[in-house]
Amino acid sequence: MTTPVLDVRGLAFAYPDGHQALFGVDLHVHRGERVALLGPNGAGKTTLVLHLNGIHLAGAGSVAVSGLPVTKANIKEIRRRVGIVFQDPDDQLFMGTVREDVAFGPANLGLRGEALDAKVTEALAKVGMEEYADRPPHHLSFGQRRRVAVATVLAMDPEILVLDEPSSNLDPASRRELADILRDLDVTVLMVTHDLPYALELCDRSVILDGGIVAAEGRTVDVLSNADLMRAHRLELPFGFDPVAAAATL
Amino acid sequence: MPAHLKVLALIGFMLVVVTTPREWFAAYAFFLAVLVTVGAVARVRPGWVLKRMVVETPFVVFAVLMPFIAHGPRVEVLGLSLSESGLLSAWGLLAKGTLGVIAGLLLAATTTPQELVHGLERLRLPQQLVQIMAFMVRYLEVVTDEMRRMAVARASRGFVARNPLHWPVLARSVGALFIRSFERGERVHLAMVSRGYTGRMPR
Repeated sequence: MTTPVLDVRGLAFAYPDGHQALFGVDLHVHRGERVALLGPNGAGKTTLVLHLNGIHLAGAGSVAVSGLPVTKANIKEIRRRVGIVFQDPDDQLFMGTVREDVAFGPANLGLRGEALDAKVTEALAKVGMEEYADRPPHHLSFGQRRRVAVATVLAMDPEILVLDEPSSNLDPASRRELADILRDLDVTVLMVTHDLPYALELCDRSVILDGGIVAAEGRTVDVLSNADLMRAHRLELPFGFDPVAAAATL
Repeated sequence: MPAHLKVLALIGFMLVVVTTPREWFAAYAFFLAVLVTVGAVARVRPGWVLKRMVVETPFVVFAVLMPFIAHGPRVEVLGLSLSESGLLSAWGLLAKGTLGVIAGLLLAATTTPQELVHGLERLRLPQQLVQIMAFMVRYLEVVTDEMRRMAVARASRGFVARNPLHWPVLARSVGALFIRSFERGERVHLAMVSRGYTGRMPR
């Protein structure tokens, strides 16, 4: 087997105030996979995500991205390899124009001039937002801002795209447009979400994080149709949603 | 015209205006003519400028009071006894203030906040100051929006700020807004660090 893009082993972490959030997480994501990370509020999902690019460093265990361990010394390369799209696009988009915002990441990596412009245009094209390059982010709709937020990390050529609640606060059309974009991207994806139909639609495999450990993992359709497992981890499908029937239409 | 040149022109213009003795009435007419010409060339609508000139009101009030309260020889104007030096000071304050406000507004009318921030950067203003200004420009709307939503939520539960007894509620709202903004600042920083920010804006 090839080196996984994401290789988390026995990861444990406690916050400085003593609150322990992770108790030994094992997680592997291979190239080209799209994996959903499910779990109730407070399960440690966000804490786990912040370990993937070295915002938090492992208390015990290890995190490696394409074989490169997440340590202080490697932090710059790790942050290029792991692109995190945060939940609120207003947190992610802080520059005056869309173009400057998308350029921020690659410019931090040392890209300048024409190469930088090309990268920005390419990333915006991937999310269908080229024509908005010179607009200030706060003049865009929420769905458009979410797409630009995705472009800001795509511009860094990440090996894995980590999305925190990508479908939250989107209207149904924007939600579907984002799904179409994510499906067409040639990139490995780890998606943290409470939107279970979205997970089924986009991710073959799902991982349930609960109480700071990986409680279950498997094919998304199997996980979602296991009623006992779902109940045990406070996961609920929308009213009337049948994962098996839905999976058959994929 | 690049924003940093406009800023320099504004500063230069203001220095000249402020140092011109107030008895040189013709010079002030010339300054006004310069501004009108600039405004016309830049196609700034006079109404736009006039409406925003209300920021000058406190100065106008002060200027109007001056002839009444200043000392020195007095002159009779329309049956009122006014101080001569007070009149002159009022004129100077009014003329210089008005020219400054118009010049500033012309800059604002022809420059986007973005251009202004970049212009100041090119003028070698310290990085930190420029960054703080850029963030202010970007998040002003986000924060005012949040403030509006909080006001709507308060009003929806029947709150009307009528007298000072209600001020503690407003104070707590401001506190909540501050904490929210502070936390947003932390999240923004996290998002920046995640894209390789190390304390300096790439240029």
